[in-house]
Amino acid sequence: MSLDNNKVKEIAFLARLSIEDSELEQSTQELNNILGLMDQLGEIDTGDAEPMAHPLEMSQRLRDDQVTEEDLSEEFQEIAPKTGSNHFLVPTVIE
Amino acid sequence: MMHNLTIAEQIKGLKNREFSSLELTQHYLNRIDDSKLNAFISVTSEQAITQAKMADSILAKGNASSLTGIPYAHKDIFCTKGIKTSAGSKMLDSFISPYDATLTEKLNYQNMVMLGKTNMDEFAMGSSNENSYYGPVKNPWDTKKVPGGSSGGSAAAVASRISPFATGTDTGGSIRQPASLCGITGLKPTYGRISRYGMIAYASSLDQAGPMTRTAEDSAIILNVMAGFDTKDSTSANKSVPDYTQNLSKSMKGLKIGLPKEYFSEGLDKGVEKVVMKAISDYETMGAEVIEVSLPNSIHAIPAYYIVAPCECSSNLSRFDGVRYGYRCDDPKDLNDLYLRSRSEGFGDEVKRRIMIGAYALSAGYYDAYYLKAQKVRKLVSEDFKKVFKEVDVVMGPVSPSAAFDLGSVKDPVSMYLADIYTLSVNLAGLPGMSIPAGFSDNLPVGLQLIGNHWSEELLLNAAHQFQLKTDWHNSSPVD
Repeated sequence: MSLDNNKVKEIAFLARLSIEDSELEQSTQELNNILGLMDQLGEIDTGDAEPMAHPLEMSQRLRDDQVTEEDLSEEFQEIAPKTGSNHFLVPTVIE
Repeated sequence: MMHNLTIAEQIKGLKNREFSSLELTQHYLNRIDDSKLNAFISVTSEQAITQAKMADSILAKGNASSLTGIPYAHKDIFCTKGIKTSAGSKMLDSFISPYDATLTEKLNYQNMVMLGKTNMDEFAMGSSNENSYYGPVKNPWDTKKVPGGSSGGSAAAVASRISPFATGTDTGGSIRQPASLCGITGLKPTYGRISRYGMIAYASSLDQAGPMTRTAEDSAIILNVMAGFDTKDSTSANKSVPDYTQNLSKSMKGLKIGLPKEYFSEGLDKGVEKVVMKAISDYETMGAEVIEVSLPNSIHAIPAYYIVAPCECSSNLSRFDGVRYGYRCDDPKDLNDLYLRSRSEGFGDEVKRRIMIGAYALSAGYYDAYYLKAQKVRKLVSEDFKKVFKEVDVVMGPVSPSAAFDLGSVKDPVSMYLADIYTLSVNLAGLPGMSIPAGFSDNLPVGLQLIGNHWSEELLLNAAHQFQLKTDWHNSSPVD
C-alpha cells in the first residue's frame, strides 16, 4: 500500500500533526519506505493464530470502585501552560 | 579509585566507613562535571548532596537498608517530583513532574542518591541516542561513535564510571543494545516485573524498566529493589520477588543453551559473531550444553514490532496536546491550531514518523491488514520461544548485528529499524533478556545476549555472573 501526498496530509491531520508543504515530498517518501517493510506482514501465513494483545496473556486486573487518588489539582494546574478559575484554558471553541 | 568499585564493593565500603556517601556522591558529581559525553540532561547536584548527607546520618545510626547512600543516574523517562522530566523531548523541556514514578519512590525509600537524569532518544524511540532534543550522547569507547539507544545516556554513564548504576527502559532493545555497545551489563526483566507507573509511556504492552550496571551481581542487587507488584500499574504482575542474589553461584554444568540459527545468518558482523561464539564456547567449558534451535518467525518481529509499537505510541502520545502540561505553541488561533502547532513544534522527526505510522495503521480500513495482523505475528514469535524453552534453559546470541557505528552515519529510518532484529522478539514475547560484555571487535565492546523464559531472571543473572567469574570483559574500562 503506497501513500500519496494527500493521504499523508490526511494522516498527519488525524494525528494532529502538521507537515509543511516543503517537507511533504520527503515525508511521503520516508513513510512509504517504512510501510514497504511493514507490508511484509501480508506475506506471512498466520493460520489461525490468535491476536496477542498482552505479552503475558494476563486478564485485566479489576479493583473496587473506590476513590484512591488524592486531589492534586493544584499541583497539576501549576504546571499547565494556561489556567484560569481552576480550569485549563484553550482558545475559544464556541463564540 | 571509588568509581572503579562495583556496587557490591561500595555497599561494603559505606558499611565499613571507608568512605561516606557524601564523599562518594561528590566524587561522582566531579566526574560528571568533567565528562564530555552529554550523558545527562539534568544533573541534580544540590538534591544529591542533601540525599547523601541524609544517607550518611542513617548509615551512622546503623539502620540503613543495603543500598542506602549508593548514587545512581535515573533515565529521564521516570517521573521525579519537583525535578524536570523531559523524556528527551522539547515537548517536556519545561515539565517539572508533580509526582514520583513508583520506581523513583522505591529507590528513594532505600535512601539512594540520585545524581541526575540521563539523556535518551526522544520518548525512547531510537537505537542511537541521536533522536534526543538535547543532542546525541557519545560512546565512551570512541566519542565519534553512538552509545546505542534509547537508554544511551544511562549506558554511557555507567561505562564511563560517572555513575555506579543507571536505570533504563527497554521497549525493543533500549537497555540491551546500548549495554552491548557501551560494554556494560543490562537487564530487561519479564514484562510486568517492574512497575511502569510514572514511566513515560511509549508502547505500553512492550515497555519494561531494568537495571544497567557493570556486573551481573550488581544487577541482581538492584533488581531486588526495582521489582515488585504495584497496584498503580494495571499490568504489574502480582508475583513474589525472590532474592536475586541468592542463586548467582550455581554451576553451569548441564545448563542447556539454545543457539537460534536465525541469529547467526547474513547481516551479522563477522567480528561480533566471533566474540559471541567465543563466549558460547566459554559456557561449554563451564559444562553447559549447546543445542541449535530455530526461531523461524524472528525475522517477522521487525514488521510486527514496527506496527505494534507505533500504534501504541500514537495512542499514548495523544496526551501531549499543549493543554495540560508540556509545550504549547505561541498565540494559537483556535483549538486545532493549538494541537497542530504544539505537537508539530514539540515533537522531533522520529517521534512524528512513528505517530503517523501508528495513526495510519489504526485508521479505518487498515486496522486488519496492519495492527491485527501484527498481533497475530506477535503470537507466532511468542510461540517460537515457547517451543524452544521446552528444549533449552536459555537462548544465547548477539544483541546487535554490529558494534557501535559512527554518529550521523545511519540516516535512513528503515536501516536503523533493521538493526533491532535480535532484540525485538524478546519484547513482543514479554521475556527477560540480558546483555553482558563478551569481548571486543575493532576495539569496540560487544555484548552477548541471554534470553530466558518468563520469570527466569534468577537463571539469567546466575549465568551472567558465572561468565563474569571466568572472564574479565566486564572490568574493561574506557577510562582510568
